[in-house]
Amino acid sequence: MSVPTDHLLALAAVLFALGVLGFLVRKNVIIVLASIELMLNAANLSFLAASRHWSQATLAGQGDPMGGPVFAIFVILVAAAEAAVGLALVIALYRLKQSVALDSVAELRG
Amino acid sequence: MLWVLLFVPLAGSALCAALHFAVLRARQAGAAHGGDPAHASHGPGEGLATLAGRLACAAMGAAFGLALLSWWELASQPALLSVESTTWHWIEAGGIDVQLSLVADRLSVVMLLVITGVGFLIHLYSLGYMAHDPGRAKFFAYLNLFVFAMLVLVLSSNLLGLFVGWEGVGLCSYLLIGFWYEKGWPADAAQKAFVTNRIGDACFLVGSFLLLRLFGTLDLSEIAAQNYHLLGARSGELALAALLLFGGACGKSAQFPLFTWLPDAMAGPTPVSALIHAATMVTAGVYLVLRLNPLFAAVPGVLFVIGVVGALTALIGASSALLQRDIKKVLAYSTVSQLGYMFLGLSAGAWSAALFHLVTHAFFKGLLFLGSGSVIHGMHDEQDMYKMGGLRRAMPQTFLTFVAGAAALSGLPLLSGFFSKDEILARNFALGGFHVLLWGVGLVTAALTAFYTWRMVALTFFGSARYDEHHVHPHESPRVMTVPLVVLAILSVVGGLLNLPHVLPGAGVLEHWLEPVTRPGNELLWRGEHGAPHLSAATEWLLLALGAGIALFCAHRGFRAYTGGPARDEALRTARPEAARFLEGAWQIDRAYTTRIVAPLVAGARHLAQRFDLGVIDAGVNGAGTLARKLGTSLRALADGQVKHYALWMGAGAAALSILMVVL
Repeated sequence: MSVPTDHLLALAAVLFALGVLGFLVRKNVIIVLASIELMLNAANLSFLAASRHWSQATLAGQGDPMGGPVFAIFVILVAAAEAAVGLALVIALYRLKQSVALDSVAELRG
Repeated sequence: MLWVLLFVPLAGSALCAALHFAVLRARQAGAAHGGDPAHASHGPGEGLATLAGRLACAAMGAAFGLALLSWWELASQPALLSVESTTWHWIEAGGIDVQLSLVADRLSVVMLLVITGVGFLIHLYSLGYMAHDPGRAKFFAYLNLFVFAMLVLVLSSNLLGLFVGWEGVGLCSYLLIGFWYEKGWPADAAQKAFVTNRIGDACFLVGSFLLLRLFGTLDLSEIAAQNYHLLGARSGELALAALLLFGGACGKSAQFPLFTWLPDAMAGPTPVSALIHAATMVTAGVYLVLRLNPLFAAVPGVLFVIGVVGALTALIGASSALLQRDIKKVLAYSTVSQLGYMFLGLSAGAWSAALFHLVTHAFFKGLLFLGSGSVIHGMHDEQDMYKMGGLRRAMPQTFLTFVAGAAALSGLPLLSGFFSKDEILARNFALGGFHVLLWGVGLVTAALTAFYTWRMVALTFFGSARYDEHHVHPHESPRVMTVPLVVLAILSVVGGLLNLPHVLPGAGVLEHWLEPVTRPGNELLWRGEHGAPHLSAATEWLLLALGAGIALFCAHRGFRAYTGGPARDEALRTARPEAARFLEGAWQIDRAYTTRIVAPLVAGARHLAQRFDLGVIDAGVNGAGTLARKLGTSLRALADGQVKHYALWMGAGAAALSILMVVL
């Protein structure tokens, strides 16, 4: 008896909510980037859960069991790129402001 | 050959226009080299301007020659009813096939001879009259262009081509009335003429659309050849079309209620008044009705309207000429009145009589205008007859020719105007019924005409000099101006031979010439020409004697009353100021238009400009800008530069969208 899909989706939702919360409330840019990773991985989890759901024998043929893993790999790829760009930005920000606190950056205020 | 005839004046016009620009460039170059603008007549480019005038005259001479040739072609072969030129398809759309072709039939040829013949004389005269005008190359360009447009008008084989010419002459009339636009009021007069004509032109267009719907063709000969008896149920539509076309004629030929532009049109140079506003353009309406005579004959109600309008216009024009001070104004009102006569003739089905009067009027009114121009020229641009007097000694040739024209206009016996006017009146009298009333109005008009004509002669040429003799030295005009006067004077005297009354030998030359054109109209009206009501020889003699008697009596009265100067006018102005104002203001019709139509329109336009344009249009445009700016100001608070706030809004937006997707 494996874990039901519902539970996996609920876990993904909780992880996503934690990511959103971290993104919105934390000041440190590195933590914020980590929160983004958390949200991306919550999405990955739901992809994989759905993929597993559609590959059950009773539902065979109704969905594509390979779609989920392929998308998860894409997301990991994008997340790596995003982390590279994000960390580069953090270094540039630190050089500029001697700080990695997000509150200190409001140059684009309208 | 017709195409050559058409394009000779056009080429002349183009050459004159090119020369005008050359003159301008030469003048500019001369000014740059320190030339003296005060001596314009010897300045740079003057030779070119004079050359332009000669070229224009040569073009007109050639056109007259070609017109004579086409007349001879028709006259030498009695079986040949019209000369037609190459045809192209101009517009082929659906059931409409408009052709680009020229036709000269017996009616067009008469018009051609008048336009090019009188036009040539007036061009010659203009050489002298405009000799010192700096813009004379442009003047001749316009004048030749006018002749071209007029030829298009009379030669076109269909209504659309006729309309092109119709608009073309209107344009040239506008340009030439406003030729001295620097003075201000000629520009206003030109605008008035143009706008008033536009009312008529709109009627003309709608009328031709109706004809197109009725007959599916715009070809003039096809329209003339329609079987009007079969129309029965649609005769109302036919009457409306005829009425609208007559409305167009009213505008162009200065009939009531659209005649008010013609007196103002005298702001143009005098040769223009002679050519456009007396001899040719204003007769276009008469030509149109003549050309479509079966159409009008098929709807007697419209003919009746034409008669009433013509008689009313004749009376208004003649009575308004009685007290004018400006010599050209007298002639202008006289022209309005004589055009009314022509329409009176058309309404009685006297087609050839109307054309006869058109031709003789072109001779004597052209002559009178040129004569008055000669007087104005000799008096150094004085047009007020109260400041003339006794000019017969100073300018004998102008005087003699002017008297010949005046005698013809007033219908003194045996001159051209006598016969043409008498025929129109006699045909109305012969019709009986309501036309006898119109005949009466025409007779009163004839009496008034004789009176004001000889008043004009007396005030201008007789009595004592009322100008400042130390400053004004009236002189005879140069030969280039007097020769056309003499030619036109001879034509005015003998022009009556064209169409003598039936009781005289050699009668009805023009009537027989025109018979093929007027036959369909006559057949519709009274089953052929011989069905027309005829007067007995005794009655005809009686009418001739009556006309002669009235003309002689009133001419004598008018002449006697004014040889001593304008005292009689002053007496009338003090005794009956209301009546004098009424007559001087042409029954106050123009003033009524100004106060009732023009002033409210101007006020409405100002209202629109100040209230609607500023309050609605401008406010709308400005409001859009203000709204965008205010919205931006309030929305910029959102962009506070905090990444987290952006993320919050983005997330909120995404959440809202997903909720929407779930709900919908």
